[in-house]
Amino acid sequence: MSRKRTKTIRTDFLARVEGEGAMLVKVRDGAVADVQLKIYEPPRFFEAFLRGRGFTEAPDITARICGICPVAYQMSAVQALEQVCGVEVGGQLRALRRLLYCGEWIESHALHVFMLHLPDFLGYDSAIEMARDQPELVQRALDLKKIGNEVMTVVGGREVHPINVKVGGFYRAPRAAELAPLVEKLARAREIALETVRLTAGLDFPDYSCDYELVSLSEPGEYPIDHGRIVSNRGLDIAVAEYDDHFVEEHVPWSNALHSTLRERGSYLVGPLARFALGFDRLSAGAQDAAKEAGLDPAERNPFRSIVVRAVEMVYAVEESLRLIAEYEEPDQPAIDVEPRAGVGYGATEAPRGVLYHRYEIDDEGTILNAKIVPPTSQNQKAIEDDLRRVVERFIDLPEPELSLRCEQTIRNYDPCISCATHFLTLEVERS
Amino acid sequence: MLREADVIECEGEPVQLLDAWEAAEAAWVVDAVSSGATPGTVHRLDATQAELPRELFRSSTHAFGLAESIELARALDRLPARLVVFGIEGASFGAGEGLSTAVEEAAGRVEAAVREEVEKCTRRP
Repeated sequence: MSRKRTKTIRTDFLARVEGEGAMLVKVRDGAVADVQLKIYEPPRFFEAFLRGRGFTEAPDITARICGICPVAYQMSAVQALEQVCGVEVGGQLRALRRLLYCGEWIESHALHVFMLHLPDFLGYDSAIEMARDQPELVQRALDLKKIGNEVMTVVGGREVHPINVKVGGFYRAPRAAELAPLVEKLARAREIALETVRLTAGLDFPDYSCDYELVSLSEPGEYPIDHGRIVSNRGLDIAVAEYDDHFVEEHVPWSNALHSTLRERGSYLVGPLARFALGFDRLSAGAQDAAKEAGLDPAERNPFRSIVVRAVEMVYAVEESLRLIAEYEEPDQPAIDVEPRAGVGYGATEAPRGVLYHRYEIDDEGTILNAKIVPPTSQNQKAIEDDLRRVVERFIDLPEPELSLRCEQTIRNYDPCISCATHFLTLEVERS
Repeated sequence: MLREADVIECEGEPVQLLDAWEAAEAAWVVDAVSSGATPGTVHRLDATQAELPRELFRSSTHAFGLAESIELARALDRLPARLVVFGIEGASFGAGEGLSTAVEEAAGRVEAAVREEVEKCTRRP
């Protein structure tokens, strides 16, 4: 009689991701039998909560889905609502939105690179342990995060859940004199970001890569942040309004979050690796140079090296912020008037973690009839599970504690914002 | 009247917290907690003496909750000489307005306690 060998790797509380998660990996007779990424947080009811609210409330309500990427929610929301109302916000108002978004990229990426992901590579259990040993490193992260926060405060009115964003623009546009003090700080941020590229480029990376379908926004002449068509490295090229024709969401029994796939194609990846692969030529010159020096090119498919890509995107976000401030002219009005009209609107912008899709149906009075919000972490969840499966197969011979750590590190490659992905995880590996 | 004390309303983001108490000799932080205790229960903890129990202050959408931010500050030698945390056990964390009766009453008690401690501190010779 043959005896089955089942190994279990269980992590009951997944550390250093935003929110709470757990993972289960079942290995039977040396092969991966099952992988599940579990989300512990109670499901978010924002889509239901938005029903019956006025369309002008959407930026303030959706900002509260996440404390790390509130701007992303606001920007996708206003884009969708402006679209249904037949309004396009351009010129300096769009520039201000892009600047606000850059602030968020800087602070979010700084938090993830240094406090959530770097400890993995340097052998620390936590950023706090790392701070005891290398305080200057962590202080650098806080300095960078602070500068990103300050950009968000000047443009958005507040660094967390900005209060200055509205459908049509802003409640108040900053004076040029209010943006000026940011220039010197951003210059310092640029130095730190470049140092971060060099630091992360020198880390030891597991030898692993995968031929993902990568999905991001694409806009001619600019690196994707706040606007664009949805494209992939396998030929997808659609308007945002066509999202639901190509992407499907489904509940999986073990998770509160939804799994998102490309219809008839399967899992896909959004986020920095995707943006970098599809939009490299539209990075600023400084960011491109930093990437090349770091040995990165658009063909990069090792998800562990996404930490370096995030560092490059920090360089870009800083340089883009400096460009936007240099070219800023105070708009005549802080916002365009937006009159509601019945219909469905679609919006997609690039949260730090990837494409964030919103769809709203409103009536003639601007009451939200229904809402659909697909966060990037939801979209990546299937790809993360597929990666976990491949990583376990690849490193199956590692001792259990190291394999468990490698699995956790794999999940953290994606900077999963689990708070966002449940509106919606413990590593358990059963070996038999 | 308290002349040497600032009252700062803070979102709880870690950089904000560390900056808020940067030049302070002492700081008192008031936050909501959800540990399963009766709503309105007040937990007073001296964070200068010991780590805060992480499970008391784990809920955060900033990746770093209050407990982690304090430990970060400790590791970076950026804690004030004295840091006291008052955690008020919440009743309901759903969407809505206003405080529950128990929490409102607890907030009043905490306000009085903080005021008394700050006054003692600022009257030191």
